[in-house]
Amino acid sequence: MIKFSFIKIYKTKKLVKKFSQNFCSIIPAVFTQNLNNELTYIVHKKNLLFTLSCLKSHIKFQYKILSCISGVDFLETTLNKFYRFSIVYDLLSLVYNTRVRVKIFLNELSLISSSTKVFINANWWEREVWDMYGIWFENHPDLRRILTDYGFDGFPLRKDFPLVGYFEVAYDLKKKRIISKPCEFSQEFRNFTFENSWK
Amino acid sequence: MNSLNNQNFKTLLKKTEFEHHLKNFTLNFGPQHPAAHGVLRLVLELQGEVVIKADPHIGLLHRGTEKLIEHKTVMQALPYFDRLDYVSMMAQEHTFSLAVEKLANIPVSVNVQVSRVLFYELTRILNHLLAIGCHAMDVGAMTPFLWAFEEREKLMCFYERVSGARMHAAFVRPGGLSYDLPQDLLVDIRNFAFKFTECVANIEDMLTGNRIWKERLIDIGVITASDALNWGFSGVLLRSAGISWDLRKNMPYDVYDKLNFDVPVGTKGDCYDRYLLRIEEMIQSVRLINQLLDLLENLPNENQKSTNKILSNKAFMEDLIEHFKVSTGLLKLKSGETYTATEAPKGEFGVYLIGNSTEIPYRCKIKAPGFGHLQFLNEMCQGYLLADVVTIIGTQDIVFGEIDR
Repeated sequence: MIKFSFIKIYKTKKLVKKFSQNFCSIIPAVFTQNLNNELTYIVHKKNLLFTLSCLKSHIKFQYKILSCISGVDFLETTLNKFYRFSIVYDLLSLVYNTRVRVKIFLNELSLISSSTKVFINANWWEREVWDMYGIWFENHPDLRRILTDYGFDGFPLRKDFPLVGYFEVAYDLKKKRIISKPCEFSQEFRNFTFENSWK
Repeated sequence: MNSLNNQNFKTLLKKTEFEHHLKNFTLNFGPQHPAAHGVLRLVLELQGEVVIKADPHIGLLHRGTEKLIEHKTVMQALPYFDRLDYVSMMAQEHTFSLAVEKLANIPVSVNVQVSRVLFYELTRILNHLLAIGCHAMDVGAMTPFLWAFEEREKLMCFYERVSGARMHAAFVRPGGLSYDLPQDLLVDIRNFAFKFTECVANIEDMLTGNRIWKERLIDIGVITASDALNWGFSGVLLRSAGISWDLRKNMPYDVYDKLNFDVPVGTKGDCYDRYLLRIEEMIQSVRLINQLLDLLENLPNENQKSTNKILSNKAFMEDLIEHFKVSTGLLKLKSGETYTATEAPKGEFGVYLIGNSTEIPYRCKIKAPGFGHLQFLNEMCQGYLLADVVTIIGTQDIVFGEIDR
């Protein structure tokens, strides 16, 4: 009979510590986080490309794979005073079997440079961030909208964008085509964030 | 023109203007084409029958899953994961549950882990059967598709018996499972696993040595190892390029580190390699299922109950109250973030979850493997014939639920 233990997530703890020490000496990280034993480095947006290419090419890191890029909107939080958005790059190193996360913070108006020169597959992930958050990437080869409809207006994953949106599509019998018109709802949107009485 | 006679007209034009300029043919492939595996609109630029450029237009199945999850509690958000990749449902529930468990610090019992992994592997078979069956049908072989769907039907019966739903199960929940496994289910799964190898053998008989199948697949859609890394591939596409990488082996979660299985790796990176890998992965899944069934049957009695503290069995009134409390928002994510990835049948499926001490996830980014794979389609198709585009879409195992989210 094999003995089991509960989920082991602390396995890489030692390795993570070693890595973070190496990392800080090379890369201009503003801040280092270790959440759930996942390494996160917050860098200034100026240093983003340098950080990414260093992580990709340096023999000690070899984060060859960009897993995904995600945007986060901090409108509802206290962080909003300084920075509204954050862009998160998740990298994976097949050689050392580790993951690392690189984070940058930015405002609505700030430009960041596209990382397509370092990771080719950043192309679509950045298109998605542009589509959802309206963050413009400089020197991106093909920054079109990707997931939303043709001719869509607005950035849906921003926190100030309503869940139901502004426009809906319907078939117009008279015009005999699909039209888009302002949303109409017989009932207002209900947000079930009432006080929890189970405490 | 009338004022010019023939000779004048010839002298007016330069030599270069006599040459023909052929324009490439632009073809709209999809979104309703059955070989587009859903709603892929592909704008193809063709020179004769050779593809020069393929521009995928996606988003026709965009349902705003990530936005919806930002407005739902964790328990309400879970069923959305079934609807992402709708041929490997429980794999995604599993990933989300792991992410939530990490953020909410919920321990999970051994029995739950084993049952989850059991269904994870059943889901892998479910997915690969569809992938191979539909791929074969796209290329022109009808019969394996029918065989595959017969087996899928049986697998979906297992889904139904544990959760009541044939596809969108919502069975794997943060903290446990929605119900205990029924007693006689394990015997039936064992019977299925025993007979299933026969089905795989049938499909292999039909396809592996088949001349047409080989002609259509060998040396089509070749991926090199450096391409696979640069484009961030995962799953079968990465392994077909000769890189041995499987999250079940390399970053084991749940009970995978206690199990015996092999990870097949391709040599040439073409469509035929990927077909063979999928076949082999199904056989490995059967091997895993047998081991998991052994484990489940030999577990000590006190571990037999699958569901744990936070989703208790609903046999007693107190349990029911407890369950109601949890589902109406006692399950809080602590403030923090996690990127949890598992080896879904299609590749690395990741959930980037940010919690802010409420029951609602502040941000839930879904990393779908298909999204990363599809953006390579342009390069993968270049220089191949129009008919090969269908083969390449088939081999990428694209499902639009997860790509468009």
